[in-house]
Amino acid sequence: MEAGPANRKAGRRRTATGLALAALPLAFFAAFFAYPVASIVGRGLHPGGHWRLGRIGDVLGDGSVRHVLWFTCWQAGASTALTLAVALPGAYAFARLDFPGKRLLRAVVTVPFVLPTVVAGSAFLALLGQGGFTDSLFGVRLDTSVWAILIAHVFFNYAVVVRTVGGLWAQLDPRQEEAARMLGAGRLAAWRRVTLPALAPSVASAAVMVFLFTFTSFGVIQILGGPTRATLEVEIYRETAEIFDLPTAAVLTLLQLVAVVAILAVHAWTARRRESALRLVDPAGTAHRPRGAGERTLLAAVLGSIALLILLPLGVLAARSLDGPNGYGFAFYRALGSTSADGTFLVSPLHTVWNSLRYAAAATVIALLVGGLAAAALTRRSGRLMRGFDGLLMLPLGTSAVTVGFGFLITLDKPPLDLRDSWLLVPLAQALVGAPFVVRVMLPVLRAVDERLREAAAVLGASPLRVWREVELPLVGRALGIAAGFAFAVSLGEFGATVFIARPDSPTLPVAVSRLLGRAGEMNYGQAMALSTILMVVCAASLLILEYPLSGRTTPRRKDAPGGKDVRAAAQGLAPAPRANASRTAPEPSAVPEAPAAPARSESPR
Amino acid sequence: MKSTIRRRAVGALVLATAGATVLAGCGGSGSDSGSGKASGGKPSKTVTLVSHDSFAASKSVMAEFTKETGYTVKVLRGGDAGAAVNQAILTKDHPRGDVFFGVDNTLLSRALGNGLFDSYTAKGLDQVPADVQLDAGKHRVTPIDSGDVCVNYDRAYFTSHHLAPPQTFADLIKPQYKNLLVTENVSTSSPGLAFLLGTAATYGDAGWQAYWKKLKANGVQVVDSWEQAYDSAFSGSAAGKKAKGDKPLVVSYASSPPAEVVGVNPPPAQSPVGVATGTCFRQIEFAGVLHGAKNPAGAEAFIDFMLSRTFQQDMPLQMYVDPVVKGATEPEVFTKYGAKVPHPTTLAPDKIAAKRDDWVKSWNSIVL
Repeated sequence: MEAGPANRKAGRRRTATGLALAALPLAFFAAFFAYPVASIVGRGLHPGGHWRLGRIGDVLGDGSVRHVLWFTCWQAGASTALTLAVALPGAYAFARLDFPGKRLLRAVVTVPFVLPTVVAGSAFLALLGQGGFTDSLFGVRLDTSVWAILIAHVFFNYAVVVRTVGGLWAQLDPRQEEAARMLGAGRLAAWRRVTLPALAPSVASAAVMVFLFTFTSFGVIQILGGPTRATLEVEIYRETAEIFDLPTAAVLTLLQLVAVVAILAVHAWTARRRESALRLVDPAGTAHRPRGAGERTLLAAVLGSIALLILLPLGVLAARSLDGPNGYGFAFYRALGSTSADGTFLVSPLHTVWNSLRYAAAATVIALLVGGLAAAALTRRSGRLMRGFDGLLMLPLGTSAVTVGFGFLITLDKPPLDLRDSWLLVPLAQALVGAPFVVRVMLPVLRAVDERLREAAAVLGASPLRVWREVELPLVGRALGIAAGFAFAVSLGEFGATVFIARPDSPTLPVAVSRLLGRAGEMNYGQAMALSTILMVVCAASLLILEYPLSGRTTPRRKDAPGGKDVRAAAQGLAPAPRANASRTAPEPSAVPEAPAAPARSESPR
Repeated sequence: MKSTIRRRAVGALVLATAGATVLAGCGGSGSDSGSGKASGGKPSKTVTLVSHDSFAASKSVMAEFTKETGYTVKVLRGGDAGAAVNQAILTKDHPRGDVFFGVDNTLLSRALGNGLFDSYTAKGLDQVPADVQLDAGKHRVTPIDSGDVCVNYDRAYFTSHHLAPPQTFADLIKPQYKNLLVTENVSTSSPGLAFLLGTAATYGDAGWQAYWKKLKANGVQVVDSWEQAYDSAFSGSAAGKKAKGDKPLVVSYASSPPAEVVGVNPPPAQSPVGVATGTCFRQIEFAGVLHGAKNPAGAEAFIDFMLSRTFQQDMPLQMYVDPVVKGATEPEVFTKYGAKVPHPTTLAPDKIAAKRDDWVKSWNSIVL
């Protein structure tokens, strides 16, 4: 920002607005994250009123802890790289190519994200383990190998990349790249100079989120890693919930926080000047049918990798849910619906679908409110303070669920925050994870909203609220839909914190699945599979519904722009050409080297 | 310029308020029926039971309790047994409920040492055998049920291989059972820990490590959770069959064979799963009145009720455990398909508490 009194004043003004917008997210974060986590760490390191900091040295000096930290970091790094390699071409295909069933498939690839790991883990065991898919085809068993963990992580986090990166990619004006090519840049150079810089912030955001998720991976590591592999998350869970060594758990929690802060600092530092105002257009106008061998090959590779990585494991689960005691049929589903004398749930398992949807609706509202305000605050760029605030909001993604859950129990039990027995506790915990997603999805788009548009509207006398409503909201509507879908999915699948604070008589779907799995017998196992399949369908359906009404309104509506297409282009007297240039026959360079459809997943004890 | 600032901030506030209103609206739809008043007041007619995820009781049985005493029961579940006990200890100055169920003999010392419970001598305790009353001096906890962790075997496998299934710990290290057993990680699974305790009780402080070295040499497989062992690796369970499990021996429960048959039509002549009755470790689950309970009278009434025939005879099919009260009958599926364990191994709770961490560490270094 260039110096000058007017600019300084503007800067101050933006900071003031930023702080006002940040107030609610900050309060939320302080009450529902910082305070509970600090309290539970305090129980471990400050018991009975005196510090026991000696424990820090003891724990950090332990070779096995260093080993766990190392494994946690490198598997997260490898998982993130692999996820980006596999999912970026997918993000391109979903953003820029039209193919039949695209909308449905976009919802389906998000389904893994909400599956309880114990369920998805068993599907991967079936595929990668003894007598599984790879075993029977190639004689390869991958269970208990690190490959199984990496593949599962890609499976779980594919959607994170497709949705965060693809959401923005779909709205980039393709004609900018074309303009560069008209000016003589090669295809690759045009992509590297024009599209890549525009995408960089969202790629970095997606990478950070995938990293944090895999860094706190729990169920995948337990099921597919074998008993000798542990992440910090697994160790924290053991020390807190099983061994009850709170001091050690506290040190490990701090270690996890330090590592996550370091990651976020790197991200913030590299993100400093990446965002730029972009031209966003209606995504409906940017996608086209694949043209030429290159694009068709890319699309085929993307669809193939989705089929192998995502549809196959999901299919295994669905098949198991139908594989009843007397042949294929709906016996397990019927058992779910019967409110027999079985009192495991005190409500029928199907009722848990309703519980989950209710919690998810509330969690989505909270996450959108907190995350939306935070993103709006961050848009008014104001230096280091705000970047720190941005990182702060990401912390819950990298903090162990058991720490948060136990922290809630010991802190939110007295006025003014007497929420321990309130139904709100569950959506609050879930929104803690959902809000960072909202920020990450909204921020690149909000920052990309041309400041000049805002200023022009303001000069014409529009109030800030009206500017927001008339200019920003239509542009960010699509991102809002994606963010809402994310928050909803996070809530549907969240298991870790929920299991510790599940309200009486209203277990969520994943909690119900885990209860069923904890009991022997074919009917229990089958019902767990049926309930998981229902969870998949509910998730996909919710996402389709959530994103449908929002996906159309992405450009400022003008009376003279039927369908809201390419308003500015029309205004500039350029024919809003449907980008049919016949020259598109050379292979399209894809964003990343096309990885063979290999590995994929993540989770905190979700 | 100034006024613009203010207007922007006001705009933000309006937004925030609007959002909060939406939230409040959501709150209305989220309140559900059934549970009584939230905390704060003293709901004298509600008893809050704190337990683990496996707690279950028939609706009709819970209704019976309400009819007899006028109390309605609110159940709070929090994770597995270990997690639930630890949460109760963490919140002991301000307990979440009145009565706790689900602390077992492996966790008992931790719970008692932290002063979790108040003494209460339950009505009907005279009908409970003395050997399960592990706190008979003070009655801070009341035994409610027992269960045995044992090696289960896949009947079909041993029949088709013309091999006698193993019966004792000593059998498991014989060459004919090489590479057949899957057990759970003692750090992450309670049956895994119970199996280790069974070997420690059998071979003593000095001998169990040598036994495990032999077991490892005989190809024991270790997975992290019971679900994974029983539903994926074990070849005898319905789920394991579908998952192409390849281990005909698994560390599970004496109640797994009947559980495997429940809901199967037509009922088979015998369960596909058998029990190696010489490999069992007995777990006893207790209930206690939480120290600082808002409704101690209700808590005591519920503990009495848990020792009643009604509740004791409902438990087996709900939680796959055995009643502790003399004369309580088991459902037919248990008597027909279950196994009698004549002499399960046991260990004193204070011994478990004293040795547990060391044993787990040694086990990790030997087996993993």
